[in-house]
Amino acid sequence: MPMPASRLLKTVRLLAVGSILGLGAAWAVHLWVPGDIGTQVTTASIGGPFELVDQNGRTRTQADLKGKFALIYFGFTYCPDACPTALVAMAEALDQIGPLAARVQPVFVTVDPERDTVEHMAAYVAAVDERLWGLTGSAAQVAQAAKAYRVFYRKATPQGGGEYLVDHTSLVYLMGPDGAYRAHFTHETTPERMAESLRKNIGG
Amino acid sequence: MRRRIFLASALLAASFSAAHAQPHPIEVQDPWARATLGQSRTGAAYLTLSATGPAADRLVAASSPVAAKTELHNHIMVGNVAQMRPVDAIEIAPGSPTLLQPGGLHIMLIDLKAPLQAGTSFPVTLTFEKAGAVTVQVAVRANRPAAPVGHGHTH
Repeated sequence: MPMPASRLLKTVRLLAVGSILGLGAAWAVHLWVPGDIGTQVTTASIGGPFELVDQNGRTRTQADLKGKFALIYFGFTYCPDACPTALVAMAEALDQIGPLAARVQPVFVTVDPERDTVEHMAAYVAAVDERLWGLTGSAAQVAQAAKAYRVFYRKATPQGGGEYLVDHTSLVYLMGPDGAYRAHFTHETTPERMAESLRKNIGG
Repeated sequence: MRRRIFLASALLAASFSAAHAQPHPIEVQDPWARATLGQSRTGAAYLTLSATGPAADRLVAASSPVAAKTELHNHIMVGNVAQMRPVDAIEIAPGSPTLLQPGGLHIMLIDLKAPLQAGTSFPVTLTFEKAGAVTVQVAVRANRPAAPVGHGHTH
């Protein structure tokens, strides 16, 4: 059945508007979370200056990552589920890439500096992987680092015994030796997939 | 009097054998928890719940002597933001096991009295809306089973 011209025009117009809106939405998402797992995206401005303290009390800045790949995850040590999953996956991915792991610095930045003292971070890092930098700092320093990596965090409802949880962006970022964003993973990415992306990015 | 005692014990025996004859309506499989990392005082326990009969049920509470407070939690992602929130109940439908696993539903152990050490186990009592309470032993697993800390494998 042929469509009347006016109706056809209307349909075309609707499709056009729809795809523009769709593209707009895709672009917005693209800006916020660039690329798929393992892909390289140049438009993102993830990463930037930070000044924090590692688990040994040593000051660490983005300059310390220069020339190395970095796997960076923001979380908190009281986090019972997502954070250990992500950090253990990071460590296992590094185990899987053999000697290439020497070119990657795994970094864990707390979004809970109130509870995650240097001492706390030291005990945590020792239990996860000694290659890891466990970074903390003042509330302002942590806020600055989170802003650089576009990480959102917010204290959630207090739990029993004065404990609270922190809602936070749960992404593992892979940064290049130039400090530029290369890829990201979630805490559900398997170590195998993370290792595959690492090999691809380091080798290429 | 004697007769009444006999009757009572017969009833008791009957109820015991009835309880043993049927499998528990909810099967709990593979309960485990991560070993505590560092000084963290929270933990998460995971397991699989299956309804063995035709009836659906709900896990409404969990408790454990190892933690001051135990809550049923879900892990929801809003965009890329991880949010852990208490839930009132966890549904168990017949024919489809309910998985409590990392990154999803879990039993949150708050204010642990002592760190959870790999190789040990601890009891958790699960309370179901219909099936009542059942206590399981939760095995504490190492976070990195073959952790070669400080250096990777060579292939």
